Amino acid sequence: MIYWEIFWAFFVANLLGYGGGPATIPLIQIEVVNNNGWMTLTEFGDVLAIANALPGPIATKMAGFIGYELGGVLGAAVALAATILPSALAVIVLFKFVNLFKDSTKVKLMTKSVQPIIAVLLAVMAYQFFLTAFENSGMLHLVLLAAVSYLTLIKFKVHPSLVIFGALFYGGIFLS
Amino acid sequence: MKPYLELAIGFARTGVTGYGGGPSTIPLIEFEAVKKYKWMTEEEFGEILALANTLPGPIATKMAAYIGYKVKGSMGAAVAILTHILPSIIAMLALLGVLYSFRQSPIVSGMVQGVTPVIGFMLAEMAYRFYQKGSQGLGLPKNLMLAAVSLVFVQFLEWHPGILIAIVLSTAFYIAHRKEQANKKATEEYMPVREKSS
Repeated sequence: MIYWEIFWAFFVANLLGYGGGPATIPLIQIEVVNNNGWMTLTEFGDVLAIANALPGPIATKMAGFIGYELGGVLGAAVALAATILPSALAVIVLFKFVNLFKDSTKVKLMTKSVQPIIAVLLAVMAYQFFLTAFENSGMLHLVLLAAVSYLTLIKFKVHPSLVIFGALFYGGIFLS
Repeated sequence: MKPYLELAIGFARTGVTGYGGGPSTIPLIEFEAVKKYKWMTEEEFGEILALANTLPGPIATKMAAYIGYKVKGSMGAAVAILTHILPSIIAMLALLGVLYSFRQSPIVSGMVQGVTPVIGFMLAEMAYRFYQKGSQGLGLPKNLMLAAVSLVFVQFLEWHPGILIAIVLSTAFYIAHRKEQANKKATEEYMPVREKSS
């Protein structure tokens, strides 16, 4: 039952992702690429690239697209429901008890403690992408593109979508 | 009809103008909710944000759900969430659809190669930001230790990160629980003395 598998994959990834949508990216990758084999890492990377080039929340863009690829409109709906509904319902229900939670040292320590794990998961993903780039297009292009990414995104604060479209353009001309 | 329309406009606007995922759209949502449509006060917005941050999952949809629910109940929540996420999902399907239909073309495979290092860099930068947040919250030694432990378990022992996250979450819960109990005890012992002296 593919719909159940889609639901479970996105439910787990979002349940464990503390720190908003971006924190769930490596967890979605683990479910989609490693556990279920629905996509290769490169395919996942393409989806992530386009998702980063477009505005709006990242987790729902990933869920909507991957769900659609696997099971059409219904697949997209299932993936989105698994991504959004559990936490959305929880916020509405728990707000009645907000004062029990807001200043809780438990919740604060829990949130803090997950940050380094998410950092490592993201760093491992970054490494995998650099490795793929190294194998497919060589050291020169990798270093050049990474350096230009640093300069444009961090130093000169160029809009991320422009950097991604620039890289697509560069690749279409020099790496084809 | 007007409240639904306002919810739809407010959340569609924040959905198509916020770049960098949910967390970066929060200030935009605050502008719509507090300044523009006055659905709530700044204090209330801050309180919901704090609560939403304590729960897992995407942040923007949690905020949309609560604000929509507050304004117009379940239907309001549905309107806010859908208008926030659908435009970008449809754009994504269209763009990737075009890219995929030319999948065999060498130009498209070149484009994919061109963008791979950029995605790698963006992920590395995000990793650095999460690492910094961890350092601010836990202090450098604990943060570094937890990062090293997760690297060993996830990358070399190939554990599912979910197991590690669950263990760390329950340990943090237990430690904080112990601390709260210790504090309570301390204040209980302190209180009677104060009552006598007053």
